[in-house]
Amino acid sequence: MNALASLSPIYAEMFLLVMLCVILIVDQFIVNYTKTVTYLLTQTSLFCTVLILLFTHPTGITHLFNHMFVHDVMSYVLKVFICLSVMAMLLYSRSYLMLRGLFTGEFLALVMFATLGMMVMTSASNFLTLYLGLELLALSLYAMVALQRDSAIATESAMKYFILGAMASGFLLYGMSMLYGATGSLDINRIADVIQHGTPNKSLLVFGLAFIVAGLAFKLGAVPFHMWVPDVYHGAPTAMTMFIGTAPKLAAFAFVMRILVEALQPLMIHWSGMLAILAVLSMAVGNITAIAQTNLKRMFAYSTIAHMGFLLLGVLSGTIEGYGSAMFYAMVYVLMSLGGFGMIMLLSREGFEADTLNDFKGLNQRSPWLAFMMLLLMFSMAGVPPTVGFYAKFSVLNAALAAGHVTLVVMAVLFSLIGAFYYLRIVKLMYFDAPESHEKIYIQPDSSLLISLNGMAILLLGIFPNTLMAVCFVSVRDSLLH
Amino acid sequence: MIFGYPLLSVAIWLPIIFGLLVLATGNDRNARLARVIALVGAVLSFLVTIPLYTGFDRLTSAMQFVVQNEWITRYNINYHLGVDGISVLFILLNSFFTPLVVIAGWKVIEKRVAQYMAAFLIMSGLVNGVFAALDAVLFYVFWEAMLIPMFIIIGVWGGPNRVYAAVKFFLYTLMGSLLMLVALLYLYHQSGGSFSILKFHSTPLPSMAVQVMLFFAFFMAFSVKVPMFPVHTWLPDAHVEAPTGGSVVLAAIMLKVGAYGFIRFSMPILPDASHYLAPVMIALSLIAVVYIGLVALAQSDMKKLVAYSSISHMGFVTLGFFLFNAYGIEGALLQMISHGFVSGALFLAIGVLYDRVHSRQIVDYGGVANKMPVFAAFFMLFAMANSGLPGTSGFVGEFMVIMGAVKANFWYAFAAASTLIFGAAYTLWMYKRVIFGAVANDHVKHLHDITARETLVFVILAVAVLGMGLYPLPFAEIMHASVNDLVVQLNTFKIPTPN
Repeated sequence: MNALASLSPIYAEMFLLVMLCVILIVDQFIVNYTKTVTYLLTQTSLFCTVLILLFTHPTGITHLFNHMFVHDVMSYVLKVFICLSVMAMLLYSRSYLMLRGLFTGEFLALVMFATLGMMVMTSASNFLTLYLGLELLALSLYAMVALQRDSAIATESAMKYFILGAMASGFLLYGMSMLYGATGSLDINRIADVIQHGTPNKSLLVFGLAFIVAGLAFKLGAVPFHMWVPDVYHGAPTAMTMFIGTAPKLAAFAFVMRILVEALQPLMIHWSGMLAILAVLSMAVGNITAIAQTNLKRMFAYSTIAHMGFLLLGVLSGTIEGYGSAMFYAMVYVLMSLGGFGMIMLLSREGFEADTLNDFKGLNQRSPWLAFMMLLLMFSMAGVPPTVGFYAKFSVLNAALAAGHVTLVVMAVLFSLIGAFYYLRIVKLMYFDAPESHEKIYIQPDSSLLISLNGMAILLLGIFPNTLMAVCFVSVRDSLLH
Repeated sequence: MIFGYPLLSVAIWLPIIFGLLVLATGNDRNARLARVIALVGAVLSFLVTIPLYTGFDRLTSAMQFVVQNEWITRYNINYHLGVDGISVLFILLNSFFTPLVVIAGWKVIEKRVAQYMAAFLIMSGLVNGVFAALDAVLFYVFWEAMLIPMFIIIGVWGGPNRVYAAVKFFLYTLMGSLLMLVALLYLYHQSGGSFSILKFHSTPLPSMAVQVMLFFAFFMAFSVKVPMFPVHTWLPDAHVEAPTGGSVVLAAIMLKVGAYGFIRFSMPILPDASHYLAPVMIALSLIAVVYIGLVALAQSDMKKLVAYSSISHMGFVTLGFFLFNAYGIEGALLQMISHGFVSGALFLAIGVLYDRVHSRQIVDYGGVANKMPVFAAFFMLFAMANSGLPGTSGFVGEFMVIMGAVKANFWYAFAAASTLIFGAAYTLWMYKRVIFGAVANDHVKHLHDITARETLVFVILAVAVLGMGLYPLPFAEIMHASVNDLVVQLNTFKIPTPN
């Protein structure tokens, strides 16, 4: 009994894993095209995982399994948001995938595997655990992209994703082995300790760091390691794109925090310079290239790249202020991304993808409410108040300025001005142009409710950002200050 | 909270709530209901601001009707509202124009009525927020948020080239705003973690280089909105393409927001840089007054002409500010109010013609007086006010600014005074070509005079223009204390002079 109680920090992961197996088995026996039972079971499991998380919420920092696994406020908060965003993603994509024959048991199982991977990542306190979680997530994602077997473009993007992702993992592993060579440990806290107080080989450390940063940049999609992002976003079925573009970003944030901040904080002067280059390039390439896109999914891909640049700007400040703002940015980004891809799926019909800019023409005349929600999303992505996107940018800029990066801040601001143009273009298409088709938009009541909640959350969090901000800053402060 | 309710909060949120109500009436089947709710909301919103004037203590320069609540504790951002003698008049002006805009768009706007009315009401609330905010982030939020409804107004109900104008308007103003945001963040760190504008005023900034850079950042934000000479090009496009109501709000209210920014942020926060750069600012202002005045003379489109005339008149305002004396600043503020009335009225008058003939070109008119005598009389009054005729509101501000300019430098005054000639020339020449002469064509022949609804709007504005021209004291006395205080503040340097 005592042994079981001591495992309480990992109850959520255990539950998810058990339910995952149950769902795989149940799916074999209940033959049903709409997969209602499996779907409901998945949603319930995710919901119960959130509940378990809430019940096992951490007091301080607990380590498990010989320091392989850590349970702290940051991982707890991120896990809750990861599960919620996966639930939202499933809700948005259900009818979309059903119409395309992709709503299978395998899909649901893969989603849960990926979720488990993300949860392990956020709680990793050892490079091995970190890598384990990362690969569990990545392999599930490759398979999800490839799920649409008869689509050449999806297969192609899965291939690209897999090869480049595997290469990035290779980079990471190589960097990790360098660090292991220099410090003699894979334990995150131990590495920090050795770097701080011991006498590790400095050049080996920095060499390893460079590979780790390159690997991270690949995973985040920061320029110049961004080439896979537009192709994968474009080629994958929109539901998969939505999945790649939302919850994994939270896990990636945790990943960055664990490696760069918890393990390698003493090397900050080195990585902060590297991140500065990545951040500026990402904002520049992302925002400028997005203007030329006619496909909305590709545009979102480049916009993601730009957003990741902004997120890195928060991280490279190297202060609690900066990490907190980056976490807030990641959360806000996930919220906006959910809405954006959700909108594409809502407007899509059987055999028709609403993923070009022209599909949004005159949306205000077809459905004023959806147009208004999209307007909020776009202004939020552009960082215009009173939407929450403004505070995300605001807190990142504030942290970077406090850390003395005035030039970076001015550049970030100018690039986000360029970025505003293409978000504005969508608003223009929706409100100023005449619609190309007058076909009635039919939306399931559950997704319609969700998109409304999503849009209103962006507005309301923009008017009252206090709580979410406090959550992010508190969790970063309590987890990273030892 | 003198009248038992937080006046400023109500002035901000009442129109916004009514705007949402109007939005809720849905599509154009309920257009009539939308119009009625909008009018009720606009009139109510104006009525609730009247106690701001009657209850205003004219003897103090301190902020009044202050509301302060915590908002974003993480960054010490507060919901902090208050008005002094400078800002209170603009809240009144803004609330005064909202019902007029609603009435002006009553019949003309036929598609998406609810959205049109709601956009104006919401914008009205946001503009009140800009003038009342005493917290820099709160100010910034209102400042940016008001772009959204204006963007939609120009883009949806505007003229043929509306999309270009709307995007240009938005990107121009956003560019300035973002730089201002960086400046605000910098001041936040300098002031020891506060976004209070009043705290910024007393924040020490002992380096001229820093002050000049901050001044530049604010300049980008405010000069675009004013608009000042090199960054004015969005205004004629936006004005020409905007619907009548949009033009009125742009000219009467939006431009004032930029000038208000100078006097609330740039000048008191950065007194040294303001003095240092005053010659540049004055030069740009005079270029606006003289050169843009000449440009206005060459226009063939009535709306464009009034747009250029607005830029020229706003040049007077920035000129008055950077003279650093009470005459100049008070004159500039009066000029802002007067320009609000006059340019609003002129755009409404052009709107009346446009609704009937669907042309803004001067050549398409001629002899309108024969068919619309009542209209011609009102138009005459507003044209005279625009050229600064004594007895109209246009004269008061211009005269005071010129007096202030004489005190500073004779040649400033000389150049500024030329506007009295150019202003009269372009306004009256347009008036002559449109109104007088023989009936030019069939369109003019079939014109009918203004309706009761239009007359009501013009009567209200005529009373305002004449009232302010003949008896400007009620407008001036309310700002005395604050302006005197500001002048002292402007001449208190933050960089110690080396001995």
